[in-house]
Amino acid sequence: MDVLEKTDSIQAEMLRHFEEKIERGDAIEPRDKMPDAYRKHLIRQMSQHAHSEVIGMQPEGNWITRAPSLRAKQILLAKIQDEGGHGLYLYSAAETLGVSREELIGQLHSGKAKYSNIFNYPALTWADIGAIGWLVDGAAIVNQVSLQRTSYGPYSRAMVRICKEESFHQRQGYEIMSKMMQGTKDQQEMAQDAMNRWWWPSLMMFGPHDSESPHTGDAVKWKIKRHSNDELRQKFIDKTVQQAEVIGLTIPDAELKWNEAKGHYDHGPIDWNEFYRVIGGNGPCNRQRMEHHKRVHAEGAWVREAAEAYRLRKEKELLHL
Amino acid sequence: MTTEQALYKYCLRLGDNALIQSYRLSEWCSNAPILEEDLALTNFALDMIGRAQLLLTYAAAVEGMGKTDDDLAYRRGERQFMNTLITELPNGDFAYTMTRLFFTSVYEYYYFTELQNSADDTLKAIAAKTLKEVKYHKAHATDWMLRLGGGTEESNKRAQTAINALWIYTGELFETDRTEALLQDMNIAVDMPPVKAKWNTYVQEVLLEAGLSVPAVDYMQTGGRNGVHTENLGHILSEMQYLQRAYPDATW
Amino acid sequence: MATDSQLAIWEVFMQAKPGANYIHAGSVHASDKKMALQNARDTYTRRGEGTSIWVVPSDAIVASNPDDNDMLFDPANDKVYRHPTFYVMPEGAKAI
Repeated sequence: MDVLEKTDSIQAEMLRHFEEKIERGDAIEPRDKMPDAYRKHLIRQMSQHAHSEVIGMQPEGNWITRAPSLRAKQILLAKIQDEGGHGLYLYSAAETLGVSREELIGQLHSGKAKYSNIFNYPALTWADIGAIGWLVDGAAIVNQVSLQRTSYGPYSRAMVRICKEESFHQRQGYEIMSKMMQGTKDQQEMAQDAMNRWWWPSLMMFGPHDSESPHTGDAVKWKIKRHSNDELRQKFIDKTVQQAEVIGLTIPDAELKWNEAKGHYDHGPIDWNEFYRVIGGNGPCNRQRMEHHKRVHAEGAWVREAAEAYRLRKEKELLHL
Repeated sequence: MTTEQALYKYCLRLGDNALIQSYRLSEWCSNAPILEEDLALTNFALDMIGRAQLLLTYAAAVEGMGKTDDDLAYRRGERQFMNTLITELPNGDFAYTMTRLFFTSVYEYYYFTELQNSADDTLKAIAAKTLKEVKYHKAHATDWMLRLGGGTEESNKRAQTAINALWIYTGELFETDRTEALLQDMNIAVDMPPVKAKWNTYVQEVLLEAGLSVPAVDYMQTGGRNGVHTENLGHILSEMQYLQRAYPDATW
Repeated sequence: MATDSQLAIWEVFMQAKPGANYIHAGSVHASDKKMALQNARDTYTRRGEGTSIWVVPSDAIVASNPDDNDMLFDPANDKVYRHPTFYVMPEGAKAI
């Protein structure tokens, strides 16, 4: 056996051992041996998830100073803060794989790493805050609940914590929508308008149809992803339609109807051209979101430098005591 | 001036300070130098909104016109707000915001320590709750002053610039007028000279350790406590009160 | 030092109530001890989850290598006599 064959057989043995572990349902921990593709997939998925939480602070942050009551402001601020916290948990989980937060932010700024497309849409009225909480967080939660059982230990633990904390987010959004639907005519129109603008982008959050999805194969086999895009999307639609009906909102889809045989709602076609246009950088807010993040990052550099310089100075002082 | 009128104004001054500070801190959300600090500044803003709710609710009760904390926050005009000027100034850079938080949190720490002895039970309870919060704000801001002062040449310069700009707004924090005098006679309001002395000592000690200095100025800005503000407050209110003003019949 | 630093990583351990074990909660970035403690507080106790916090520089943690698991952990599997259920108590004797 030559060296190359020997390496191959060690590799094959490692992969067999790894996949057996996954099969048994054991969690993979940071120091465990794992295929390179698994590590890469995880870093990509976790960092995209972390960036989404952080970029997602912007559209809602746009309304903090204009929240219409002290209670509303308190809740919104706490919610956005949670999102920052969740970004932080996910960066932490990604860092256990040996990639630094600096690198991850660098990848976001260079365009190598993505974030959820949904945050490239603008939050135009107060009802958008309701729609984001109800629909966008509602869609995110469906996905996150499924990820609590993801195979990578630190990711799964972060998701458990996140799901526990996010349970109020969707209710907060639904409460805003429900209050507005019980309010004045202006408020009702505002709520329906937000619904019309956020419904389809929310469905796109689950990604392309399973038949078109490029990343699903190994991710499912390795239990990084526990359910397919279409399964999750269907789950979201089924639970949201009923909530919309209760408060009198119309889902902007003429083809939406209950399918008795399947036990699910059928829906009209999603405009994938729009999806790919926004992913490609031409959504309403792509440039704005990235410029904001880059600006804040650059403006904070002197503060981080000062903190490091202060620590070095203190360490030196201790040595000379 | 009746006791009720004085107490109403006193609560507005305290409540508006919390409300306007929370407004400025909340503007840092998604703008802080590192994610961890974003969460910290948001926590402080949340503490202050909570404090504003308690104080404005109490003010409304004292006024006795059946109003709520939201009525007072969202339906008063520029001349009816009683916050000190320092709270409404725009955030500037991180050094400016942190220096302001340093000045106000040290002030609030000594202030609410005293207010815990108030003869008014509601204010006493609010003071006890607030004290725990501002103690932490003070620790956080103090540590940052030391880091900024003792960090890089740039951070020291930025912190010193902020101190120089903000110093003239610190005098107003310690002012008293007939409103406080009347309430002090009844052991309700805080006696200011000891608060001022402790504030001065603490601030000077920290700045000295941080390699920063107190500017030599011979006058202080004033007006906010009596509703005469900087031009900034009008902009805060037009943003904060926008929905309540644009849709006066709506509830949210 | 890199030109742009996100500061060092610290591991955070939380005690949920007095007397309980400290449990790993996650990590935060900070330049010094005080900042690490404050950042841990602001990140991991937003819902009153804790009564006490430990922070430890991440690079101070030594972790066992999974390759050594057979040597480190398997030998304990047959030491059944370390568990109280291994012993038969005489009829009528009360447990302490």
